[in-house]
Amino acid sequence: MKYLANVTTLQYASDKCTGCGRCVEVCPQGVFVMREKRAAITDRDLCMECGACAMNCEFGAISVNSGVGCATAIINSMLTGGEPTCGCGDAGGSSCCS
Amino acid sequence: MQMQTLKFIKKTAPPWSNGTVSTPNGPVYKVSTDWTRPDYWGMIKSRAGAFRMNYAVEPGLYAVGEPTKDSDVLVTANYKLSFDTLRRELKGLNAWVLVLDTKSINVWCAAGKGTFGTDELIKRISDTRLDTVVSHRRIILPQLGAIGVNASIVQKQTGFRVSFGPVRAQDIPAYIGAKYKKTPGISRIRFTILDRLVLTPLEINPAMKKFPWFAAVVLFLFGLQPSGILFAHAWHGGLLFLVMGLLAVFAGAFLTPALLPFIPFRSFAIKGWIVGMLMVFLFTQVFNAIVLHDTILLIVAFLLFPAMSSYLALQFTGATTFTGISGVKKELKIGLPIYIGTASISLVLMIVFKLKEWGVV
Repeated sequence: MKYLANVTTLQYASDKCTGCGRCVEVCPQGVFVMREKRAAITDRDLCMECGACAMNCEFGAISVNSGVGCATAIINSMLTGGEPTCGCGDAGGSSCCS
Repeated sequence: MQMQTLKFIKKTAPPWSNGTVSTPNGPVYKVSTDWTRPDYWGMIKSRAGAFRMNYAVEPGLYAVGEPTKDSDVLVTANYKLSFDTLRRELKGLNAWVLVLDTKSINVWCAAGKGTFGTDELIKRISDTRLDTVVSHRRIILPQLGAIGVNASIVQKQTGFRVSFGPVRAQDIPAYIGAKYKKTPGISRIRFTILDRLVLTPLEINPAMKKFPWFAAVVLFLFGLQPSGILFAHAWHGGLLFLVMGLLAVFAGAFLTPALLPFIPFRSFAIKGWIVGMLMVFLFTQVFNAIVLHDTILLIVAFLLFPAMSSYLALQFTGATTFTGISGVKKELKIGLPIYIGTASISLVLMIVFKLKEWGVV
């Protein structure tokens, strides 16, 4: 399943890639593959902006504005002015944390 | 004295442990790979959202089977359901299990919050003196932990090289068997109909908690008469709206998640609206002739309930495995004004309906 097209903030600078393969290892959506000893993007629309790739790219080749893709969390953050986080700690909580 | 010591051990040993294994730093609990009745009951209760905060395992090092200095170290969260899911898949393996303190939250969510994170992992490796327990310098993390753990910092500070294993615990034996190589299949998050159904109670419960408020407003509006609030009126007109409210919850919080890939469009708001619209359409086809004879009420029904379903479907983005924050923000930016507008127009129409009913206009 794919979510909305052309919304992801994923940015990849292939010139900084050293071909370590971490991004392929961590991406749960198969956005990255190794092609000729460098990472390549398969389909940007598959990205769910979890941030695992950017977190683990030692060479700063990847950036993404990561966060929870959760409506409840985003509405709460609009109301409170904070960062959207899923309400796992709260009583009841939102379902991003089963 | 002997009795007291025995009692002490019996009391503190977790019910899911079956003995201890000695390490250079003292004994650690051995973990059973079988579930007992309390484990199943706990899973059902946590799936239903009955408890969140207190379903925890003490963080630290545990053993599965008879691990040695060469055995793998698997890292997990201290949410008991995460821990249980892992240990159940480790039958026949000899391994160490390092449980991080994630405040009893699962790996994925905790990694997003940073509690399943670089600092906690480094702290836990040093607290358990893992470097004296194993002679190698490899640790295996669940793949979704990569959202919170920077592998290169962990390696620089502890010497342990992080491998991000499979997404799901059930693929761990295959992953280890394949010499820590991942096939694309075990690196991908899946989102089967079963995964989605399991998550729907957590959508339906919060929606139903707000339902009494909706019911109160509906019954008040229908019951309100110049002479006061009449129960018979409230019931007569309000009941159908209450039923349609329940249908909207069913459409948005259950049907849309369950049928997600089969409903057209990628937007959750549109998916939920379509299903809600279908429900209202079918409902009015069945009941229109009897009660919803009023055009204004019919318009309100077609405005309000698909929008309610749409709003609830949008909440399911929090449970999915493929929606990103930018997309949800975009949906909300367009959706929220529409929802608020729809609710306002519905209210105005209801007032017009009442005025007509009273013969004012």
